[in-house]
Amino acid sequence: MRRSLIIVLLAGVLLAIVPYLGLPAFYESVLYLVFHWVALATSWNLLSGYSGYFSFGHGAFYGIGMYTTATLTSQFDVPFLWTLPAAGLFAALFGAVLGAVSFRVKAVRGELFALLTLAATFVVATIVLNTPIDGGQGVYLSAVPMPEFGPSPSGTFYLLALAAAVATIVIALLIYHARFGIGLFAIHDDEDVAEVMGVPTFKYKVAAFALSCALAGVVGGIQAMFVSYVTTGDVFTVAMPLTVVLMSVLGGTRHWLGPAVGALVITLLLYSFTAGDSAVLGKVAMGVILVGVILFMPEGILGQALKRFGRKPQGRAAVASLPPSAINEKARQAEGAAGRTSDVRSGEALLVARDVAKSFRGVKALKGVSLEVRHGEILGLLGPNGSGKSTFINVASGHFPATSGSIVFRGRELVGINAHRIARCGVSRTYQIPRPFAHLTVLENVALPAMFGARLVERQQAQEDAWRWLEFTGLAARAHALPDDLNLHQRKFLEFARALAAQPQLLMLDEVLSGLTPSEIDEAVALIQRIRAQGTTILFVEHVMRAVMALCDRIVVFNQGEVLAEGPPADVMARPEVVSAYLGKPIDDGREPPNASGVPIHA
Amino acid sequence: MNLPSSTLLVQSILAGIFTGALYGLLGLGLSLSWGLLRQINLAHFALAFLGAYLTYQLAGYGGVDPMLTLLMIVPLFFMLGVAVHWVLARFKVTPFNSLLITFGLTIIIEALLQWIWTADYRRLDSSYAEHRYRIGDVFLPLPELITLGLSVAISVAIWLALKRTDLGKALRAAAEDAPIAAAFGINQRALALMLSGLNAALAGIAGVCIALSYTLAPSQIYTWIGVVFAAVMLGGLGRPMGPLIAGCIIGVSEAVTMAVASPSWAPLVSFSLLILVLLFRPGRA
Repeated sequence: MRRSLIIVLLAGVLLAIVPYLGLPAFYESVLYLVFHWVALATSWNLLSGYSGYFSFGHGAFYGIGMYTTATLTSQFDVPFLWTLPAAGLFAALFGAVLGAVSFRVKAVRGELFALLTLAATFVVATIVLNTPIDGGQGVYLSAVPMPEFGPSPSGTFYLLALAAAVATIVIALLIYHARFGIGLFAIHDDEDVAEVMGVPTFKYKVAAFALSCALAGVVGGIQAMFVSYVTTGDVFTVAMPLTVVLMSVLGGTRHWLGPAVGALVITLLLYSFTAGDSAVLGKVAMGVILVGVILFMPEGILGQALKRFGRKPQGRAAVASLPPSAINEKARQAEGAAGRTSDVRSGEALLVARDVAKSFRGVKALKGVSLEVRHGEILGLLGPNGSGKSTFINVASGHFPATSGSIVFRGRELVGINAHRIARCGVSRTYQIPRPFAHLTVLENVALPAMFGARLVERQQAQEDAWRWLEFTGLAARAHALPDDLNLHQRKFLEFARALAAQPQLLMLDEVLSGLTPSEIDEAVALIQRIRAQGTTILFVEHVMRAVMALCDRIVVFNQGEVLAEGPPADVMARPEVVSAYLGKPIDDGREPPNASGVPIHA
Repeated sequence: MNLPSSTLLVQSILAGIFTGALYGLLGLGLSLSWGLLRQINLAHFALAFLGAYLTYQLAGYGGVDPMLTLLMIVPLFFMLGVAVHWVLARFKVTPFNSLLITFGLTIIIEALLQWIWTADYRRLDSSYAEHRYRIGDVFLPLPELITLGLSVAISVAIWLALKRTDLGKALRAAAEDAPIAAAFGINQRALALMLSGLNAALAGIAGVCIALSYTLAPSQIYTWIGVVFAAVMLGGLGRPMGPLIAGCIIGVSEAVTMAVASPSWAPLVSFSLLILVLLFRPGRA
């Protein structure tokens, strides 16, 4: 990353010399356009490429920037350069408000978010057009004095656009490598899981949106001065965001430099065609390229190139190979030093649920469940299908909000707080159907919860820890694979590794054994025993009776959303009400019930 | 703001219904391909304009009656739609990528239109344009009446077909869950090809209507996108009557805004409606 940063800054400095070389002004204008689009596409990518929320509203933020500069310079005589921060600020403000409203609605994702931002563009355009901001006439900036720090007016614009492009790329690069960027990529793949693993998704999305808008606004401010005549018809169009999308997709949206590559290619291409008086042909070429890239190179030019020519990821870096129990010990000591040592001793309640209810419209999945999970134990959660076991985990982890009741974890109320804050308290979970982040490698998948869970370690440390958890779960050989290349058994163990990497106090396992072969189950049982040996408390939802009996200290049986029985495994499973919940009531016609005649009831 | 006379108001509402009918006709194919095929077909607008220009050429220069151009446009566009879908299905394109690919197609078609008919405004002078019917103080122009008639007839026909016929039920089942539908013996691929053909043909028909009432320019393709998407979303994806009804609501509210405030305020109404629908009823999608 440091190397990339140096290269970008060096390229910026070298390009800054160009206006002083005395080349014809024509070169400066072409390069101005290139920088302009590089900055716009890269800024768009911060939200849309990284987190997958494709915005078609980039024209609006860019336009807000243009009109801010136009209004401040022409009506309030503010010097041009001073209007640029204001342009960024107004655009960011608008983006943050739009984001804060639309990100509240869970369903507004994908195409719907694209449409919403597009509609916002036209709303802004209509308001600007009909108020004195524009007044329907457009705004002239030709009388506004131009700052003279470049060798010529076109040189000044060149330097401004260059600065904007370099700054935008540097920001994209820094975010790409930061915790913020990893969180955005996780949101891209599976937002709900990201939230449960501790990523503050709402905050991240709003922040990325605001930043993306701010940069677009600044670029708009520069462009307003460059074209010196601003009209709503030219500014708030559908074509502008679509062009930006095209550039980013062409270059590759999953890389910080992708949009810049795409912008360079498209701008030069369009320019070479317009220069040759064949603008129509240029358009056709652009359309053909877009179709071709999506069909044949869905990862974009840069994505494809990196895949083919990029360095193969190195094997595990040389880290002192501590056994996981040792790192756990280290973490515990660190926690102790930070004064966060659990004041709960073995056998005392770690998590206490009181009257937890959850309804999905009319369906009452949980009807007032009360239970406690004690420190250091493995508590089995059993019950027939549909009895509410998974719902309980979903509610306790914050995946679903509870309808009523309370869940207290180490003295902290979990009902009503966001899932990422629950994760930070030290609760983590696995999903019954594994939900890995599809575009992150196995290693990155495991490093993420370490960066966002209870511990919040830095990226480097998180990766080192992730290696240890991969070894612990036997996945180290697959560290650089993508989750899609794993088999079910490995995906289940990846779920384990991710949950463990957060170093939770309470681990909730949702049917981790289902679908595994008997020998794989034995492996998993051994793994769970090792996890418990480290002192992690486990809530274990499972149907595989053999494993339940082998592992659990206590079990709680759910039936139809209520707690049916609670106690030591062998004792509880023998109770008649539990037997009948699983197998139905014996026919009471005087004959002996079938299980009394020696038929085993074990699942 | 001064209140307009009742005649002006009635005329505005009628104008809104007429525009709304065209929104509905344009939105119908879009809604069906989004709702039933999971493809967001931006090229629908470009196809409509291709149809409009073909009508302009055939009727304006070839002397063909504009309505008769449908005989050529409908089968031609049907085949075009089938071809596009064949490619999208062959590459298993995701909904979002279908949007980008069809944007690429839109650019290509726009360039093609610009190359053949230049970027200048073109207007079809047909005998239809001179016919107007008068009821009281209110005028009813013939081209708009044709659009309204076509839009209502086609929407109702497709609604009935989807609801009543086995073919329609098969289509809806395939949209709900393609693999399961296939397990019940539905040839989902053939159905999808047919539906895409139908959607493109609908774009062609909308194009004829555009040629009858509007001035044409290649860049006009983009002016319809926002408001028609609003009608599609408001109407609910994959519901044949949705775009027409929502289109008329939008059309009337725009026309009344134009009469009461000023024409330039009109987009605020439709796009605010779209935003509200997205925020409060996103489940419709």
